[in-house]
Amino acid sequence: MTTTMKPEPETATAVPIANSLTAGRLPTPAPWIILGTAIAVAASIFGVLALAAGAGYNWGGALVVGALLYIPSIWLFSSLVEGRRRAMDRLVTALVTGAFVLAMIPLISLTITVVTYGLSRFDGEFFTFSMRNITGEGGGIVHAIVGTLLMTGAAALISIPIGLMTSIYLVEYGRGRLAQGITFLVDVMTGIPSIVAGLFAYAVFAIFLGPGVRLGVAGAVALSVLMIPVVVRSSEEMLRLVPNELREAAFALGVPKWLTIVKVVLPTSIAGITTGIMLSIARVIGETAPLLIAAGFTASVNYNLFADRMQSLPVFVYTQYANQGNPPEAYLDRAWAAALTLILIVMALNLIARLVARFFAPKFGR
Amino acid sequence: MSTATTAIKAKQRPGDRVFSASAVFAGSMILVTLAAVALFLIVQSLPALVATSEDASILPDNFWSYVGPLVFGTVWAAALALLMALPVSIGIALFISHYAPRRLASLLGYIVDLLAAVPSVVFGLWGIGVLAPAVQPIYTWLVDNMGWFPLFTGPVSGTGRTILTAAVVLAVMVLPIMTAICREVFLQTPVLHEEAALALGATRWEMIRTAVLPFGRSGIISASVLGLGRALGETMAVAMVLSATGAVTFQLLTSVNPSTIAANIALSFPEAYGMNVNVLIATGLILFIVTFAVNAFARWIVSRRKEFSGAN
Repeated sequence: MTTTMKPEPETATAVPIANSLTAGRLPTPAPWIILGTAIAVAASIFGVLALAAGAGYNWGGALVVGALLYIPSIWLFSSLVEGRRRAMDRLVTALVTGAFVLAMIPLISLTITVVTYGLSRFDGEFFTFSMRNITGEGGGIVHAIVGTLLMTGAAALISIPIGLMTSIYLVEYGRGRLAQGITFLVDVMTGIPSIVAGLFAYAVFAIFLGPGVRLGVAGAVALSVLMIPVVVRSSEEMLRLVPNELREAAFALGVPKWLTIVKVVLPTSIAGITTGIMLSIARVIGETAPLLIAAGFTASVNYNLFADRMQSLPVFVYTQYANQGNPPEAYLDRAWAAALTLILIVMALNLIARLVARFFAPKFGR
Repeated sequence: MSTATTAIKAKQRPGDRVFSASAVFAGSMILVTLAAVALFLIVQSLPALVATSEDASILPDNFWSYVGPLVFGTVWAAALALLMALPVSIGIALFISHYAPRRLASLLGYIVDLLAAVPSVVFGLWGIGVLAPAVQPIYTWLVDNMGWFPLFTGPVSGTGRTILTAAVVLAVMVLPIMTAICREVFLQTPVLHEEAALALGATRWEMIRTAVLPFGRSGIISASVLGLGRALGETMAVAMVLSATGAVTFQLLTSVNPSTIAANIALSFPEAYGMNVNVLIATGLILFIVTFAVNAFARWIVSRRKEFSGAN
């Protein structure tokens, strides 16, 4: 490793200060050379270890150790050449970049895992069968998809009007203590643990319908408790972006306030509101705990929100994992395939939401 | 509010009345919902607070001796997660706001946000299937070589499904929200402060230390408290990854682990009956109170600084 750094002092002495601005600094490619050397050293150490132990080569370990080795070495070389302050700067740059790379590891690992394991059962039967009367291999997720669509749809039906009207109240009407209180409580509501929302929905329905009740509509209520604050926050932000001149122009023409809101404010901000609503749906569609508590799980298709238990995709993933039968691989494969389906749905919602925001945003000016 | 007063200048049409009334109604629904959540949870949990092991089979003695270890596990796991997530999220936020190339910055921010889009149950599957087997050899090494450190005493867990693994998964899950808030407040550092620091000859790190971090301190605090709130209430990932025994212990790497309130509810609720249901709802009420207090504290810090909105 020291060999990579030898040319530096030599060039500094051989060529008498070619450029005073770059003297006493590491050359631009130096960090990359040091990084490469560090990884190479770590890789060779791991190679020796792998030969000694007779085990397989650990690529991940070599990369991680190499990256860890880079952090003190860049500090050392920089402090030798550039002094203490620049060395600190380089050290922090390495650490900050390392933090970002570190956060990417789970994301990449998770994507690869879900795709590789999930594809083994990602077939036609998986999307055309339910789990009724199926033990062991086979079966599918029709009942879970139906339940997810019905419950998320019902939650959206409850949440969107309430959330949108609340944000209209906060932006257009709200003054004084009530508005302040609502803003504060919406913020706090975003932090309600999802399982508490499930317990709440269960408690409400259990008081009226007796204990042990599990209903699709209870799941929808639980989801809307989680969804309303997200809708309120995003719509509120979008409504505040509408220029006041538009409202004033409408008022000056004698348009009533409610028509101004319906015909001027909402159309201007509809793209942003749609994005926010889609993102909130993407958030609740992956919720497991509240549906496990409030809607339970079942193996059959249930189209009725107001009777009997209802399966959903995330709960399907959980129950397939938690109640493994024989052979266990069949259950795990189904869990991974359903997880892949779920992630695809969530990612599609996210993507469409961003596209809506980008292409349907209002264009001010001419 | 508008029916009794006559001092309103604009003419009130019927449409106006209906619209403003429904807006007020929707806004009040938020208050009603939160009150209802608290009320129904309290009503359902009152009987459990005085229950004994004769009334509810899952109680070892009385309610408080049942919930005590759970509260400990919840706080311990969340604190560990926060300890890991905080430096990383500050690093990511700095990377996106001050280090990454400008054109890439928003894309990188979006990629970090993708982590938030992954459903928790998928994190749970990943934690068991990938993370736990991957960290188990590291745990073995830690117990063998660092066993003198009180937190790392053995015997090591054979599956890797310890409280530390659960905390790592929790840390990954709270990263996006903490990063988003830190990033937002770092980006709002007055550019003049940064340029002044650079003009005085500060390196980039010295500029961040003297201009960005002091400006963003309240943002960092509120980000960590919000992250704590998320970690306290996270359910499925912990329920799946952690192999809990319900003991009160600080040891990170053994197979004896405390459970958390949320995970315990998710695991026990489907089979619960009778008074056990009320006991579980009562633990949920305690979780609700704790997270409510934590979130209210975070929002209070944010609201002292009106410049930023506290991203979600």
